[in-house]
Amino acid sequence: MAAGSGGLKDATAVVGIGQTPFAKRLPEDERTLACRAVLAALDDAGIAPGEVDALASYTMEETDEVELAKACGFGDITFFSKVGFGGGGSCATVAHLAAAIVAGQAGVGVAWRSRKRGSGPRPWTDTTVQLPTPAQWTRPYGLLRPADEIAMLTRRYLHEYGATRDHLFNVALACRNRANQNPAAIMYERPLTREMYMTSRWISEPLCLFDNCLETDGALACVVVSAERARDCRRRPVYVHSAAQSLPAQHHGMVNYWNDDPLTGPAWSAARHLWKHSDLTPEDVDVAQIYDAFTPLVLLSLEGYGFCGRGEGGAFTEGGALETGGLLPLNTGGGGLSEAYVHGFNLINEGVRQLRGTSTAQVPDASACLVTAGEGVPTSALLLRS
Amino acid sequence: MLRPVPDADGAPFWEYAAQGELRVQACGDCGELRFPPRPCCPHCQSFASEWRPVSGRGRVWSYVVAHPPLLPDYAAHAPYNVVVVELDEAPRIRLVGNLVAGAGQPLGAFPPENLRIGARVRAVFHDGLPQWVPERS
Ligand SMILES: [Zn+2]
Repeated sequence: MAAGSGGLKDATAVVGIGQTPFAKRLPEDERTLACRAVLAALDDAGIAPGEVDALASYTMEETDEVELAKACGFGDITFFSKVGFGGGGSCATVAHLAAAIVAGQAGVGVAWRSRKRGSGPRPWTDTTVQLPTPAQWTRPYGLLRPADEIAMLTRRYLHEYGATRDHLFNVALACRNRANQNPAAIMYERPLTREMYMTSRWISEPLCLFDNCLETDGALACVVVSAERARDCRRRPVYVHSAAQSLPAQHHGMVNYWNDDPLTGPAWSAARHLWKHSDLTPEDVDVAQIYDAFTPLVLLSLEGYGFCGRGEGGAFTEGGALETGGLLPLNTGGGGLSEAYVHGFNLINEGVRQLRGTSTAQVPDASACLVTAGEGVPTSALLLRS
Repeated sequence: MLRPVPDADGAPFWEYAAQGELRVQACGDCGELRFPPRPCCPHCQSFASEWRPVSGRGRVWSYVVAHPPLLPDYAAHAPYNVVVVELDEAPRIRLVGNLVAGAGQPLGAFPPENLRIGARVRAVFHDGLPQWVPERS
């Protein structure tokens, strides 16, 4: 497809995915885990490591391009990119590889994430580094953790729209139910009940333990090539139909309290671009993998990406809408809340599995999947189709 | 406890706060108030700015009650509130702080059940930090 005519639309495809086990503690270091995930993804695609010539990752990634390329035996790398804003960059890695391939800068791209967040320190405990938020205005007052920053928006959201903790529970439950079906998930065979949710300890009121993602060790990777090349790969291609990044006007990061309208975050502007360059509408999406570091991010994203109106995110979750067979099956591998929190990369791989028809919670005949990156921070999103 | 680590743009805010004054950056040309402080005006792109005193009166826009795991100094006070206060003069300027019963009262001493969105508060100062106390009506 000529660049410019159709842009990125369906011009590239994800042809390989790979991952390590997920656990609270894995013995190997991040670099080793990264190599394992990347080599697994290339093997899945049937592409030799020597053919890799493009790399994309996102910040808070400790394994750098040089280390990965020399360990895995990549060829000459002609494109490399590192997207900012941690978990907001997950989907942008695939978007950057797709853009590079369409523009002729490279042929075989690898994106990855390797984290030892389960056994390593929490980023917020390091008070010596400047966090990607305006820390001088928040941290002296004890607004220390991402959970606190999002809880502040959540309290306002619940107040403004009449949403309830039961709506947040619906999100946690859908993710947990899917993880209960996924042997790779940390919460496999560990059911969640409303009683457990409502009586669990607070982290930052109104957010409780089960509103927070898991802390996980693990790594994932995927391989992107042109649609033409994808036809010769080992697996059924999953096309990158549309892709978007977003840093909205007057955005302030996760403490987006100073914007005109703090409850419409980066999802809203990412969505505008995503749909504009797509043949699809929200009604065409069969299954969604929505970034769920915290349950309220899903409500904000449901509104932002246009699955419901403003303020209707809570009500949308009622009646099993996010469960298998519901209006919009959510995070079918269990998501960051119940499969693994690896800065959202597991959502990309699960989106690919759904469109290959190989998910452990397969949506029958799924042909379009939305995957999103961290909401609250400058973000990115992908529309994948089979 | 963590002290503010000001950047060049934010330093005047903390210098005024140390003198017991709440001031907000304003554009030196178009007069628009802005927060957080920054080098130039997003409305008119002017690099001229001044620090304008504000009344220190406002309303609670939102709040959280933080529980452990927290940094040790903060865990010692938990559960404690953190509030976001909308200033009367400029509703889009919302300052993060703590609601306390009186200046210098310990973090966590304010009963969480007395927190309410929309409650009127006013700024007091302790140890160089603005804090918020309920406005007596
Ligand atoms: Zn101006």
